[in-house]
Amino acid sequence: MEGEAVSFKPSAPVHVVLCADCGVPIEPNSANLCVGCLRNTVDITAEIPKSSSVTFCRGCERYANPPNGWMLADWESRELLAICLKKLKGLSKIRLIDAGFIWTEPHSKRIKVKLTVQKEVLANTILQQVFEVTYTILGAQCPDCTRMAAKNTWQTSIQVRQKVPHKRTFFYLEQLILKHGAHKDCVNILERKDGLDFYYLQRQAALRMLEFLQNVVPIRYKSSEELLTTDVHTGSSKYKFTYSVEIVPVCKDDLVCLPIKLARQFSNISPLVLCARIGNSVHLLDPFTLHTTDVTAPTYWRAPFDTLATVGELTEYIVLDAEPVGPTRGKLVLADLQVMKASGGASDDEIVHTRTHLGHILQAGDTCLGYNIRESNFNSDTFESLNPDRLPDVVVVKKAYPNRRKKNRPRNFKLKSIAKDAEDSNVEGAFGRGALGRRGGVDTDKVEKQYEEFLNDLEEDPEMRAGVNMYRSQEQKDKAEEDMDESDVGEVEVDENLPKMDELMEDLEEMNIEE
Amino acid sequence: MAVRTAFENSSDIGVFSKLTNSYCLTALGSTNFYSSFEAELGDVIPVVHTSIAGTRIIGRLTAGNKNGLLVPSTTTDQELQHLRNSLPDSVQIQRVEERLSALGNVIACNDYVALVHPDIDSETEEIIADVLKVEVFRQTVAENVLVGSYCSLSNQGGLVHPKTSIQDQDELSSLLQVPLAAGTINRGSDVLGAGLVVNDWIAFTGQDTTSTEISVIEAIFKLQGQESTAVVNDLRDTIIDQYS
Repeated sequence: MEGEAVSFKPSAPVHVVLCADCGVPIEPNSANLCVGCLRNTVDITAEIPKSSSVTFCRGCERYANPPNGWMLADWESRELLAICLKKLKGLSKIRLIDAGFIWTEPHSKRIKVKLTVQKEVLANTILQQVFEVTYTILGAQCPDCTRMAAKNTWQTSIQVRQKVPHKRTFFYLEQLILKHGAHKDCVNILERKDGLDFYYLQRQAALRMLEFLQNVVPIRYKSSEELLTTDVHTGSSKYKFTYSVEIVPVCKDDLVCLPIKLARQFSNISPLVLCARIGNSVHLLDPFTLHTTDVTAPTYWRAPFDTLATVGELTEYIVLDAEPVGPTRGKLVLADLQVMKASGGASDDEIVHTRTHLGHILQAGDTCLGYNIRESNFNSDTFESLNPDRLPDVVVVKKAYPNRRKKNRPRNFKLKSIAKDAEDSNVEGAFGRGALGRRGGVDTDKVEKQYEEFLNDLEEDPEMRAGVNMYRSQEQKDKAEEDMDESDVGEVEVDENLPKMDELMEDLEEMNIEE
Repeated sequence: MAVRTAFENSSDIGVFSKLTNSYCLTALGSTNFYSSFEAELGDVIPVVHTSIAGTRIIGRLTAGNKNGLLVPSTTTDQELQHLRNSLPDSVQIQRVEERLSALGNVIACNDYVALVHPDIDSETEEIIADVLKVEVFRQTVAENVLVGSYCSLSNQGGLVHPKTSIQDQDELSSLLQVPLAAGTINRGSDVLGAGLVVNDWIAFTGQDTTSTEISVIEAIFKLQGQESTAVVNDLRDTIIDQYS
């Protein structure tokens, strides 16, 4: 302490003025009034109502979010605060600094919000004030719940039908819809005989779906409307709209016998043709000349033609010899073929000569599927009218892989479904495949079988896979890891047609990502 | 004594009037305004109705004390003549060629000292010293250059801008040789020159001035019971003179 010079510095004297109203000494501010007097003079919260109300729907537990939305919000959540603040009229004229809930009992149907606001008063003096607003929760029914209560849930429905005995088209269509997210606004999907019904809240969404269908499959549709209510005074009416959509009943790989006149019109194609592909038009292919033609939906519905034989009637053949003839079209190669029935007794031991468009994949020893024209009985007038001498014995449709699948080997992919819990075994009474086959009984078994066939088709046809989102299945993932350990890959049959692992997508839902 | 008054509903009476110990100027227009001055001052000093350069803002355009009156160069000859005829002969009147022509805003003075705007012309400074017979200091009040607007002085005391620091108040006070206080006028307004006109025995304030402000004004300008204290002081002085 000895060496240190201790100096005393007086603190700077605080200069004060008297508050103009009450005479209390204050530090001079821009209004030169003390805070109390300033508060007495001006109330910046005067324009803000101190009580208000929020509307709450008891059915769906949502709050009305002005102007016309409804929002889910927890008690004392940010969303609820946003709704509350939106309800206050005068808030735009002042600056909101802070807002928070004061705890209230939920059953009291009251929300209390504490607000801190600032406003400029008396020429560049900013006054800050804290105050409370009480909201009363009013019960009301939101429009969605009203419609639900009136059993009036949908406004528009689309009835999609295809009059064929199998459901392949719908399996494929479901995957297409999933891939393009076309089912987003759909409120319900019901299975009906020969098809599906899609229900929509808004007509716009239904029209979008209709447009989507028009783009992916050849259809025709008819719209109809049902008048629900009408108001003669305002001239407004409410309708239910229904669109009846019919898909062309010709499927891929079906055999078609065109009427002669029609065949002439379609660039003079031969009457007996295969349906090669279904896009938004029907692609017909003459397997004996590689001649093709496109039949658009309007053309088809002007003069509809029926199928002669469908995939179910295919017979298995063994290829004895395949000899390319010369003409090619794309990757299709015309070839002479000697085939023999794969199954059957001695009487069937007969070599059949035919021609095929599959010269690029068929080799001696392969198995293929084809329609047995000679031994079939077709109940068709147009077929009868054809010259029987010029008919082929067999129309080969596609290559088959009879021994490839081991029964117990699980597929390395799986598909999603529009109906979420269809495959969920935990849910009681859930059955069927996706949106289909949920009616139980024999129908379900049939659908199961057809779904299996559909999966096989997907495995064998890369072109078909292009339109489908496939996901890695969990079992296969585990298996793959095991294989890595044991390295017994030699047993696994390698086929270039099988979907590759990298072609498959990770199922985001199964990853259990925690938000 | 402090009197509240208003000029046509405006509380900024310092804009429309000029009060010194030897004369009072009021703007043309409001008769009530003139009457309030006339009622208090009529017997003692001349109260003159006038305009300066055709405007009514005479308080802001002129500067003066008991010795003289400075008017801007824009003052017309007629107005000058009128003032000459109305004011006592002891009051010198002088036109000033100054760029800062709102002399009331740039000059704050009592009968002995004047505070002026720091940028004022040196010629004007000399004129001020000669005509008003004052010492001239270039100063600011609470960092405002318009010293005339932000302070109000008499020979008894002075009121300065509320944000003037204590150091500045001490400095100004030692220059002026009168006590100073920081205060407001017209319910918190800091433009004292506009809200208040004062001489040695009376003050006029704007209509909005609160009683607190009035009490501050009366205290610092020594306006309350001034007569009696003056009598006592005078008496004492004479008694001391006699018996010493």
